[in-house]
Amino acid sequence: MTEMTGARRAVVSTPSDDQIRIVRDFDAPAALVFRAWTSPELVARWWHADRGSVTSIDIDLRVGGRWRYVMVASGGFEVAFHGEFREIVPDERLVTTEVYEGAPDDEALTTTTFAEAEGRTRVEILVVHGSKRARDMHLESGMEDGLQRALELLEELTHGMGPAEAP
Amino acid sequence: MSAMARAATTSDAFNAIAEPRRRQILELLAQQERAVGDLVELLGVAQPQVSKHLTVLRTVGMVDVRDDGRRRLYRVNGAALRPVHEWVAAFEHTWSELFDRLDVVLDELKKGHQS
Repeated sequence: MTEMTGARRAVVSTPSDDQIRIVRDFDAPAALVFRAWTSPELVARWWHADRGSVTSIDIDLRVGGRWRYVMVASGGFEVAFHGEFREIVPDERLVTTEVYEGAPDDEALTTTTFAEAEGRTRVEILVVHGSKRARDMHLESGMEDGLQRALELLEELTHGMGPAEAP
Repeated sequence: MSAMARAATTSDAFNAIAEPRRRQILELLAQQERAVGDLVELLGVAQPQVSKHLTVLRTVGMVDVRDDGRRRLYRVNGAALRPVHEWVAAFEHTWSELFDRLDVVLDELKKGHQS
């Protein structure tokens, strides 16, 4: 349904119980997107969003090579991810393992495809976890502490708002 | 220019509630409809600041306003808060932030290629 929209918004879906799919279009050729995705100095500039500062990005871009991303979140604690490259097709496809070091027993397999059309590139990330539990934990990680707090607050608020909304 | 447009797209419900003062305002408006003056008094914050926060909350649709004689009354829009509860939306938001940054990096790479 969303195939033709070319939206700039990241679209997240859950194709099955243990999967997460993220799709986003970029206004750049696949070669550049791939470069921004696999060059440590470039990854360091976009990967962390506003949630903290990146302290190290290691990428050994070859099959069997390791990658590791580390950031210090706003709360002062370190958040790190690592994995191994399983498949590399330059400008087209990357398959890697991915472990969040806070839950080292759950290894996911991530397939990222870069599909170029008319100078634009659609990136699709498919993350396959071993279980629904691990998948759900991953999804929940989207909410960092401040946001979590805000959500709890909003939940309290909306509980207080019954059908009698109008005074 | 495009960077500014993108900054605007991230001004959604999540950013709106990330600000502690705005959460306070939502709390107060969830109790009952209130005018700006009521909020100024309850929060002990200057009116321009309160008005600024209300503008942000209205822009993302979390707060509605109606005219009541000479006063304008603000209230929480419950429907707008609902999507905020969904994890997928929160997760999507995290990725949207990352990708907005990636757009900036890509714009620079493209310029480097042209020159």
